[in-house]
Amino acid sequence: MTLSFFIYKLIIVLIVFVMTLVVAMYSTYGERKIAAFLQDRVGPDRAGPFGILQPLADGVKMFMKEEMIPSVSNKVLFIIGPGISMMTAFLTGVIIPWGKSLNIDGVEYPLQITDLNISILYLFGVLSIGVYGIMIGGWASNNKFSLLGAVRASSQMISYEVAMGLSVIALIMTTGTLSLGEIAAQQEGWHWNVVFQPLGCLIFIICAFAETNRAPFDLPECETELVGGYHTEYSSMKLGFFLFAEYINMFVSSAIISTFYFGGYNMPFIGRFVHDQNTLAILGFVFLFAKIIFGIFFFMWVRWTLPRFRYDQLMNLGWKTLIPLSILNLVLTGLWMMKDELMKMF
Amino acid sequence: MQLTNRSKVVSKKEMTFMESLYLPAIASGMMITLKHLFKKPATIKYPEQIRPFSGIYRGQHVLKRDEKGAERCTACGLCAIACPAEAITMTAAERVKGEEHLYREEKYAATYEINMLRCIFCGDCEEACPKEAIFLTDRKVDSLYTRKELVFGKDILVESINNPIDLSKRQTEGVKEFKHHKEFAHNQLFADKAKAIKH
Repeated sequence: MTLSFFIYKLIIVLIVFVMTLVVAMYSTYGERKIAAFLQDRVGPDRAGPFGILQPLADGVKMFMKEEMIPSVSNKVLFIIGPGISMMTAFLTGVIIPWGKSLNIDGVEYPLQITDLNISILYLFGVLSIGVYGIMIGGWASNNKFSLLGAVRASSQMISYEVAMGLSVIALIMTTGTLSLGEIAAQQEGWHWNVVFQPLGCLIFIICAFAETNRAPFDLPECETELVGGYHTEYSSMKLGFFLFAEYINMFVSSAIISTFYFGGYNMPFIGRFVHDQNTLAILGFVFLFAKIIFGIFFFMWVRWTLPRFRYDQLMNLGWKTLIPLSILNLVLTGLWMMKDELMKMF
Repeated sequence: MQLTNRSKVVSKKEMTFMESLYLPAIASGMMITLKHLFKKPATIKYPEQIRPFSGIYRGQHVLKRDEKGAERCTACGLCAIACPAEAITMTAAERVKGEEHLYREEKYAATYEINMLRCIFCGDCEEACPKEAIFLTDRKVDSLYTRKELVFGKDILVESINNPIDLSKRQTEGVKEFKHHKEFAHNQLFADKAKAIKH
């Protein structure tokens, strides 16, 4: 543990933290703009050129709003709730490999905060804690709409975690590793996992939509039925934290989908044109970022196309369709991996 | 009765396998929204762009002056009777000597108020007026903060001598033709109202 290593880690943590914040901030702007464009409108265009300062204006508004804590609420938990949501949203960013390692004066600097050898387990652990933020926030509000929203949110997230986990197990079987860094490195060139795991990829994406509580799975918020869902009683920046956590989650899940199935920082045929390691690493980061931006756009595109599911439809889709499908995917993957042995048997 | 040929009979047939997958339908829906991404927005950016008004738009009222600058209104009250929203009130006063340049006839409106919150901008006052005094114009009534402010008095309604309101856009051939026989129109209206009160 040298000092330079420590400083390098600090710098990369800071960069990822700030990047996550900025991207999430501009996703709010992007969401409003894309929603507007998809509906033949203009969207926010008053704050700065093309409304580019809109997120700042929103942030100032959020901070300036009156802070309301219901007198019947459990105050400690009421404050902890949005904090947990925000924290878990940031924590998942730790394991994402942003690019190959940089080589400066013969020392390798991997563009990843930490490459845990069990990072997929870590990912699912953190995702499960994310439910607590919503559940605690909703319960502590002492309001039936909040509680209903929180119960819906947590049951939805827990249900879809099963299918998500099963689809990832198939991925682990083909890649043979739990480390995101290695998964990304294996997808050199065109060997993207989506080619080998199309069904798993589809299931994972659908579950990612449900995990981030995005439309068409935005039942926890469900403004037409539940007032505001789990954050009904929240105001000021605590509400902002809940809403912001959703955008951070969207960013992180786009990054994870890209890393798992769409080659991470890899781009086909780039190795033919560029040979310098540092240039490749930076280009890799750019490619990953482009994929993430497209992922976020895809999230928004779906949101402004599809209507919301009914709750029974949501549960039917989760338990009766996605889980059997992911088990089928698991079995098919197993058979495909064993095909040589099976050929010998018959 | 069939109004358009776009109506569809609702069917509850079982979905085919491909339909029950939903994914093709979702993909086609997303292509539709993608097409809209590149369409020109229908928005009119209001304070910068103002939609052109029709020449005969019925906006804020004006009390006209004649060519010498004297007020035309004689406080006859026909507009107040014609008004379906009962938005117009006035008090009449007699012209004294030396006021000939201010008021055209011996009687004039000392106060004349239109409650813009009641007014429905139907234009019946304009139709009823026998003296060509009140007109609706293509000016919008501003949004204001109190109800009191929205009761417009003579200070707002009467046009200024130096800055007369242009009404030429409203004087279409049809309007001129109508005005030619206008006396009957408002008499008829007045007669109907009187009959209705009697009954």
